[in-house]
Amino acid sequence: MLPPAPALATTAGGFLLVLSIVAPVAGILLAFVLGDRHVRQVAFTVIPIGLAIAAAILLAPPESDGPLVYLLGAWPPPLGVALRADGLSTVMLATTAVVICAVAVFAVTDFRPAAADARAPFAFWILLLAIWAALNTIFVGGDLFTLYVALELLTFAAVPLVCLEGRAETLRAALRYLLFALLGSVLYLLGTALLYGLYGTLDIVLLSRRVTAVPGALIAAALMTTGLLAKTALFPLHLWLPPAHAGAPAAASAILSGLVVKGSFFILLRLWFNVMPGLPGFAVTQLLAALGAGAIVVGSIVALRQERLKLLIAYSTLAQIGYLFLMFPLAVDASGKLDSGGALAGGLLQAVSHATAKAAMFLAVGSIYAGLGHDRITGLRGVARALPLSVLAFALGGIALMGIQPSGASLAKELLLEETARTGQWWWAVVLQAGGMFTTGYVVLVLAHALMPSDQPVVLTGPTPLSRDLPALALALCSLLFGLMPWERYLPVPYGAALKLFGIDGLVKLLLPVLGGAALAILLSPGPLPVISSASWNTLRSVVGLCRRCSVEVGRRVERGDEVLRQWPVACISLLLVALLLAASMFASN
Amino acid sequence: MNIATVFEIVLASVVLGLAIWTIAVAETYSATVGFVAYSLLVALIWVRLDAVDVALTEAAIGGGLGGVVLLGAAARLRDAEALTVEQASPIVRMSAAILSASITAALAFAILLLPDPAPTLAPTVVANAGATGMTNPVTNVLMAFRGMDTMLEKVVLLLAIVGVWSLASDRAWGGRPGPRHQADPNGVLAFLARLLPPAGIVVGVYILWTGADHPGGAFQGGAVLASMWLLVIMAGLADTPPVSSRWLRLILVAGPGLFLAIGLGGLWLGPAFLSYPAAFAKPLILGIEVAMILTIAATLGLLLAGAPERSSQ
Repeated sequence: MLPPAPALATTAGGFLLVLSIVAPVAGILLAFVLGDRHVRQVAFTVIPIGLAIAAAILLAPPESDGPLVYLLGAWPPPLGVALRADGLSTVMLATTAVVICAVAVFAVTDFRPAAADARAPFAFWILLLAIWAALNTIFVGGDLFTLYVALELLTFAAVPLVCLEGRAETLRAALRYLLFALLGSVLYLLGTALLYGLYGTLDIVLLSRRVTAVPGALIAAALMTTGLLAKTALFPLHLWLPPAHAGAPAAASAILSGLVVKGSFFILLRLWFNVMPGLPGFAVTQLLAALGAGAIVVGSIVALRQERLKLLIAYSTLAQIGYLFLMFPLAVDASGKLDSGGALAGGLLQAVSHATAKAAMFLAVGSIYAGLGHDRITGLRGVARALPLSVLAFALGGIALMGIQPSGASLAKELLLEETARTGQWWWAVVLQAGGMFTTGYVVLVLAHALMPSDQPVVLTGPTPLSRDLPALALALCSLLFGLMPWERYLPVPYGAALKLFGIDGLVKLLLPVLGGAALAILLSPGPLPVISSASWNTLRSVVGLCRRCSVEVGRRVERGDEVLRQWPVACISLLLVALLLAASMFASN
Repeated sequence: MNIATVFEIVLASVVLGLAIWTIAVAETYSATVGFVAYSLLVALIWVRLDAVDVALTEAAIGGGLGGVVLLGAAARLRDAEALTVEQASPIVRMSAAILSASITAALAFAILLLPDPAPTLAPTVVANAGATGMTNPVTNVLMAFRGMDTMLEKVVLLLAIVGVWSLASDRAWGGRPGPRHQADPNGVLAFLARLLPPAGIVVGVYILWTGADHPGGAFQGGAVLASMWLLVIMAGLADTPPVSSRWLRLILVAGPGLFLAIGLGGLWLGPAFLSYPAAFAKPLILGIEVAMILTIAATLGLLLAGAPERSSQ
């Protein structure tokens, strides 16, 4: 029997999906015409409207009544294009609205349209709205080509954000990002064209009924996946991410790191879980998660070796992106099909938690940078006293990211660990735990420096308005409390999953990553450690010293390897290699 | 083997040869020339495949305006090129060649395995042409069935403008893009810039008008208009407008703006967003296309002109 809801007719409330795209687009056009002095006003008119639309979609009838659907121009697919919002879309729409809103408040002072220097505010506010429009289109688009257009919109909005400051190194980072992202676009488009040639439709629901494991479809899937991985910057396709995310202004970094990489990741979820759940099979999901594990190890080790805070957080994003890919092998059910169950919910929760926590951390670092005039990690002594709210926001964001209860990341980790136990893939449980420890490692490292008292009073070089710290704090608290939200309305989370976080074994879950992370931070960070260098640790110092020298040497090698991987020829070869490996492993399982 | 087949084989081998030459040649300028020629020949292939709309776009964008951008970049890089010759190691070159060849083989394999006859929406598109009153199926897809994609693509063009403008120095913000071109007022360029635009404008408008029922449309027409505008600018007969000009800004958003407004009209008064009432479908779509040709011509021209460099005085 066919499913009763065909998802091919407009539902009540479907027009909200149109509005979620139209509102920011109208804002872009209006801001562009009204020009320099009014851009910020237009943005602050659109943002409450967009927030209200996201809230209305969130409160629309729940998932059990089927997704919200809207047929554009009243043309049913395959001829026309449908917009659809299921639970995943709803959650992402709401998170995006919250993050955009917080970043906009943060940016009020930085991008004030003044008469003399209007270039950066003009571009920033228009691009912020454009990223919102693009992401909303990605979350509700029901057609693979519409998703391609949205992906282009996202790329063309994200790249100029990288070089808003106009320094030569940021221009270089932006060009790197643009070229590699366009390679990704081409691969995605190529796969889309192949799918149309095979099945005569690009509508996600119609395709899911027609796709079979023929060679053409497997090649298309491999190409599209590779393209999306390049845009998501999964290791080893990450050459563009560290310079781009570290070089952009703080507000832009928060958007790029928190939201933009989730756009291509979301399309990947759509492709695998909705278009072709039966195709990927066991081998390719293991491959994806292995790349994710590589990202966690390399990203975290290099993060621990950074001297600048912004680069540390950029590398942390690299590691966290890897974490997102651990859900794929856990979602494979007994028949080899990808099942939209607990693993998918865990993965999406991780994405949402990272979006809020990482945006909070980048904003907090932006405040610290503006206050101190630098972001050298070893120069952070005393900053906790000088900029308490910024450091608090950074700490809370970091704690949320580590997976301390009741953060969203802790619930995500819980769900994923349950799936590893259910499917018997213990090796991914090891990676999940290690990922938590590494995260703790670099957060603890930064906090250890920031919380040390300073001998001289810290001299602040810039103003530190509350409008910068409050949005960062709000986002960090969001991420920290995400574990308590009623997710079961939107995601396949078992009822009462959050309660398990507080069991008697909760203390173990808390201590394991914290102790492991502290050990990793001591072992792998090459710089002087404030705790170690104090006199009372002198005896332990000699014992730890040898271990530390060895692991710092390992870290140095990993960093060198990362430098090699981030060269153009090597990165392009990795891209081709990933495409071939994906195709080969899909052919092997079908 | 008839004459058409011989022509196709020759065309395909020349295109492949040009592609390999473009990759292999060391000098950027030569590679660019090769690429432009390649693009024009690919347009010929599209004509042979009866995809005249695609052929027009490929020739106008890939060969024409894209070629101008690349030639400009190659000219700017020419001095620096001699200093920054990087030769990748033989291992890298070999593995790149092997991997690219494998990907190409996989693609060829996938293309050859596509079902024949291909599943297609073309008959459905033709059957529903009555809803718009236009018979060019490509225009119907772009403007009616997949209007959302077309509108968002125009927003992408606008973002490209924002991106290019954001590269300006703060001092030049609001000023005129690109250098002020000077040409001999009695020279050949100035002569052509006086002679060609009247005819070019007529051709551009014709391509737009005929797009309702035959190959053509706002994008191809806009590309022709843009090239006429650029010719006049390069001959020094006109200057680029300052980017702060309100008129310029209005023209740049006219296309997507009108599209969005009419789409919202459909949401408010009609059955759905981007639906057209049957009686007014053709005039509404033509209205959007007229706004779009202006937007596209201005956008393409300004993308080539570059970031603001001079204050508007």
